[in-house]
Amino acid sequence: MTTPSPLFAAFRQALSEAWAGGAGALLPIGFFAGAAMLIPFTVGSEASQLSAIGTGILWVALALASLVSMERLFQADLEDGALALWAQEETPLFLVAMAKIVAHWLVSGLPLVLLTPPIGIALQVPAAELLPAMLSYGLGGLAFFLWGGVAGALAASVARGGLLIALLALPLFVPTAIFGALATSEGLGGPSLLFLAASTLFALSIAPFAASAALRLAVD
Amino acid sequence: MGDDFLINAESLGAIRGERVLFNEVALSLLAGEALVLRGPNGSGKSTLLRILAGLSRPDAGTVERSGRHHWLGHRNGVKPHETPRKHLTHWGRVWGSGADPVEVARRMGLERPIDVAGRLLSAGQKRRTAIGRLLLIERPVWLLDEPFTALDAAGRELLTSLIAEHRARGGAVIAALHGEAPFEASREVLL
Repeated sequence: MTTPSPLFAAFRQALSEAWAGGAGALLPIGFFAGAAMLIPFTVGSEASQLSAIGTGILWVALALASLVSMERLFQADLEDGALALWAQEETPLFLVAMAKIVAHWLVSGLPLVLLTPPIGIALQVPAAELLPAMLSYGLGGLAFFLWGGVAGALAASVARGGLLIALLALPLFVPTAIFGALATSEGLGGPSLLFLAASTLFALSIAPFAASAALRLAVD
Repeated sequence: MGDDFLINAESLGAIRGERVLFNEVALSLLAGEALVLRGPNGSGKSTLLRILAGLSRPDAGTVERSGRHHWLGHRNGVKPHETPRKHLTHWGRVWGSGADPVEVARRMGLERPIDVAGRLLSAGQKRRTAIGRLLLIERPVWLLDEPFTALDAAGRELLTSLIAEHRARGGAVIAALHGEAPFEASREVLL
């Protein structure tokens, strides 16, 4: 049995599910844009103030936006029975979980990154910082989605587990948020970008296993 | 001798909460056999099937399996956005099956709703789609949890004949059932 084809199939199913979810995939994008656009109204529209806090605020918006649709990511699979089928496959469940999380990130995480330049400009972020900001939001966002996926898997069998997901995932976001915020202000040459990348790699190597262990418990 | 068994379970026990669901359950399955699990609601038929499928861990005892199985649980596994065509194509891909999903859907009487999304299918149509999975690829053991629920008379007849064909090819079935078994059972396990 070849490993790639089941995995591609899992990935395709996750992608088409994310697209078919109607507003499900667009929800984080709307949340991100909406939260960011509220900032000038609350802290004032003075350019120096906005540019000082702009990128930091966007990190918070990104962290929260990544959790918006996490509740359904694995819960839907548990409820419709697809998870039970996957759990009986020879394909390791952690690979399936990773395929699902990455597909989810592609559909609703990557657009957040592409959305940062216009929002950044609106928040008076200096043009020179936009590219490093996009790169670090991309790297950090992937880590957020991976940890969010673990929390989503843990809360899969909990009705209305949205708050539980936030409580479980937000502490795991801390290293990524610290290095991410430093990386955006340091620019591309700084060491913090490497630490940010390392924190994402760490998430990539731990989260799929944690998620699959949680899913095995959920399906039992 | 022991190698002939498709499934061999010994002294299985399961606990749910504080309650012993069942204890010292032993069963074995040979090629061509059909085993029927019986018992009132809540007696642990589904739990036993899940243990045999490897979804749940038994609290006591061991399960040995030789060969792979198909699973048909309470939940059909059909996603709300999936049409029968997409569902069967998807699992065909996962299993590297050469079977034509359209042909399988026709066999299951799903020509008309073949492109209707899962959330719009009736319970019986979803069940038929799920049963179609069993035809995508040959696997020696079918584990079926209340397989006849939601099916109409024609659907029950179809599943009965599919089970008979499967057994004639040397396959075996374990099914949790209520009421009369429409097929000839080799043995019954009472929980």
